[in-house]
Amino acid sequence: MSATANSKATAAPAAVAGAVDRSYPARRTLEAVAAPLAALLLATAAFALFLLALGKSPADFFDLVWQGAFGSWFSLQNTLQRAAPLLLTALCVAIPAQLGLVIIGGEGAFVLGGLAAAVAALPLDGVWPPLVQLVMAAAGIAAGGAWIALTGLLRARRGVNETVASLVLAYIGIALFNHLVEGPLRDPSSLNKPSTWGIGDANMLGPLPGTDLHPGLLVGVIACLLCWLLIYRTATGFAARVTGGNLRAAQLQGLPVGRLIIAACALGGAFAGLGGMIEVAAVHGRANASLIAGYGYAGILIAFLARHNPLAIIPMAVLLGGIGAAGGLLQRRLGLPDATVVVLQGFIFVAILASETLYGRIAWFQPRGGR
Amino acid sequence: MSALAVEAVAISKRFGAFTALADVSMKVAPASVHALLGENGAGKSTLVKCLLGYYRADEGSFLIDGREEIIGRPADADRLGLGMVYQHFTLVPAMTVAENLVMSRAAVPAVIDWGRELAALEAFMARMPFRVKLTAEVGTLAAGERQKTEILKQLYLQRRFLVLDEPTSVLTPQEADEMLSLVQGLAHGGSISVLIITHKLKEVARFADDVTVLRRGRFAGRGATARLGAAELTAMMIGEPQVPASLQRRGAPMAAERLRVRALRTAGDAGRPGLAIDTLSVFPREIVGIAGVSGNGQKDLAEVLGGQRIAESGEVIVAGETYTATRAEAQARGVRVLPEEPLRNGCVPRMSVSDNLNLRSFDRDAAGAPRLWLDGAAMAERARRMIAGYGVRAPSREVPIGVLSGGNVQRCVLARELDGEVQLLIVANPCFGLDVKAVAEVRARIMAARNGGAAVLLISEDLDEILELADRIVVMHDGRIVHQTPAAGADAQTIGAHMLGSH
Repeated sequence: MSATANSKATAAPAAVAGAVDRSYPARRTLEAVAAPLAALLLATAAFALFLLALGKSPADFFDLVWQGAFGSWFSLQNTLQRAAPLLLTALCVAIPAQLGLVIIGGEGAFVLGGLAAAVAALPLDGVWPPLVQLVMAAAGIAAGGAWIALTGLLRARRGVNETVASLVLAYIGIALFNHLVEGPLRDPSSLNKPSTWGIGDANMLGPLPGTDLHPGLLVGVIACLLCWLLIYRTATGFAARVTGGNLRAAQLQGLPVGRLIIAACALGGAFAGLGGMIEVAAVHGRANASLIAGYGYAGILIAFLARHNPLAIIPMAVLLGGIGAAGGLLQRRLGLPDATVVVLQGFIFVAILASETLYGRIAWFQPRGGR
Repeated sequence: MSALAVEAVAISKRFGAFTALADVSMKVAPASVHALLGENGAGKSTLVKCLLGYYRADEGSFLIDGREEIIGRPADADRLGLGMVYQHFTLVPAMTVAENLVMSRAAVPAVIDWGRELAALEAFMARMPFRVKLTAEVGTLAAGERQKTEILKQLYLQRRFLVLDEPTSVLTPQEADEMLSLVQGLAHGGSISVLIITHKLKEVARFADDVTVLRRGRFAGRGATARLGAAELTAMMIGEPQVPASLQRRGAPMAAERLRVRALRTAGDAGRPGLAIDTLSVFPREIVGIAGVSGNGQKDLAEVLGGQRIAESGEVIVAGETYTATRAEAQARGVRVLPEEPLRNGCVPRMSVSDNLNLRSFDRDAAGAPRLWLDGAAMAERARRMIAGYGVRAPSREVPIGVLSGGNVQRCVLARELDGEVQLLIVANPCFGLDVKAVAEVRARIMAARNGGAAVLLISEDLDEILELADRIVVMHDGRIVHQTPAAGADAQTIGAHMLGSH
């Protein structure tokens, strides 16, 4: 056998130097919108089958969800009211997630933030209310921030797994909350439901003008916008994304990895703590067990649905708030159990998480040309 | 059990718009060692993955012992007796050799009678031309022993055609020679046919009977190795006569010490000693080459200097002052690093080419002052300049850097790390896995940085690379510096002996 050389092989390869794929950034954005939408449709379709199996009409169901969540001014306000705390607790997951951390202890920061805010108002009887509210916010931010920063500290300095640490610290935080509310900080007149002393009606946050919505919604939306700017437009956010994308590369670039981790955890916790403060100052007027309503855990769900993008947190929080708001109506009108909406939530969650695997699979969205 | 003849006929495979293989044919004679030669990205792995059922070829067919067989999934390849030893080991480190072998069988009984299995394994080992201790835990075996275990596993599974994917990339030269001779013996004994995927011409010449060459997804030549010279094979591989890199070394090292490492110690891992370097200096306009067999502390040294590992004691001094690899220090003193495996160590695969090109400078403005907001226009402009200057081939600067080929990733990292004023350059295995042209380009860039006045510390497992580039050669063994010599007139044999631990 003699050596043969194939002359065709000198032809240019499929890739051509200098080929430019100008529309790639736009297609990538489209991919990020299309994947969750497709997942939402799929989840809805699957849930429709579930309803048919129960002998209920899917059309009636989705009509009622629409009415109960977005169909009237009343239901829309209900939806947005439910979404408000979720915006902030979702940030407690999404910001550390930029560094590759999975923090699931927002519930602890949320309740301790609420407690710190309620307690901070007590000695300030008679002080100008906006100032009291400012002090309350600062207390909530400090308590929530410190609580999650503790997890960051354990992670950065001792290599403790942040997911487990934050979860355990959430349980400790809730236990601490219960201990203080039922013990040293209890208002003796709160008999059936142990609570701290009230912050006083004058210090309550009023609704947004022309609505029944409390200002938490506005705070949450602004916080999401600011976090988006922080993550995608500042040098610090860039450093955080580098660290989350490849720790070894970040180390090689001399980025302060440990400080970034602690700062991101503190910032996330601060938002959850602020959420607790708003819940106290706008809804309950005091800290009690009503604060422990799973907002911190629902925030995990939303952050993952939003793929940790603060802008996407807004629609996702509204979506889940709406499904929650429709629950009561469904129960009354279709005779479905309360848990039915949780089933729908579960379908959506699984479908959107599964859609993660679609990224990079559909050729049309992928870069074209030279490699 | 006898060796199989395997033939690939006019195989084509496309991934989207990218043609990985176009009309490639290959014929492996029974009981022979066949080399599949080509540069990175030539389509060698794709062809083999089609053969083993991991990919489905778009066109073409495979003949096994002359019969056309449809290989649609890995189980089909198993059934036909086709097996592969991967570049990265697939054994479970925490299990013993015997456990790994038994576990690899397609049908493992629910309850394993270990007494009987061990007896059967002993009998199997006795028939083999080489042995590995059955009770040894795989994690404790040296790389060469693990590779042997991988091969034994394939024989145990009664494979009659074996693919070895870059089998010597993780072995010392001695281990590689031993392993390839054993494989050659097995093939010539008639029990298996062997296909070796490689880009090393020396291995082809010494151990393969025949060779098929691929270039950019196409068939580029074949023949009996006895009748093909290195020049012919190289011409087939790269498609044009190789231009010898003319590395111009200009000017002598300067006197003021740029890097000094003093009494550096790190903790050892898993029985390997850590670093114990008493003193090491690098001067401006000098390349100091660190030679050594992989795993003798070179990686630890690169990691300490790059800030990825913390030293237990000792000091790194850059330009007269202590250096702890913080960003501010690296920026102020012009310290840059070309890490080994640049995608894993120096890039964020999911972030864009543009972002990755700006990792050194995103937080500084043109005057070097810290920035709060990212300057998108300046980042895009810098990326454009680097892509043009270093000939990076990318569909767009917005694509994730992870989709680029290894050579283009290395060009990006080079462009980023050599941008601006470089005082000290730490380089680790810069040409690993690159094709011939990219290797020449990378070496020329490193030499140019040296000529421009940078102090260069070159850590490489490729002694030829060190002999070509370095002004001074330092040999590491067991975490210590055991030998130093000027590169001019250095003797490769002496250096090799020190690398192996005889001082």
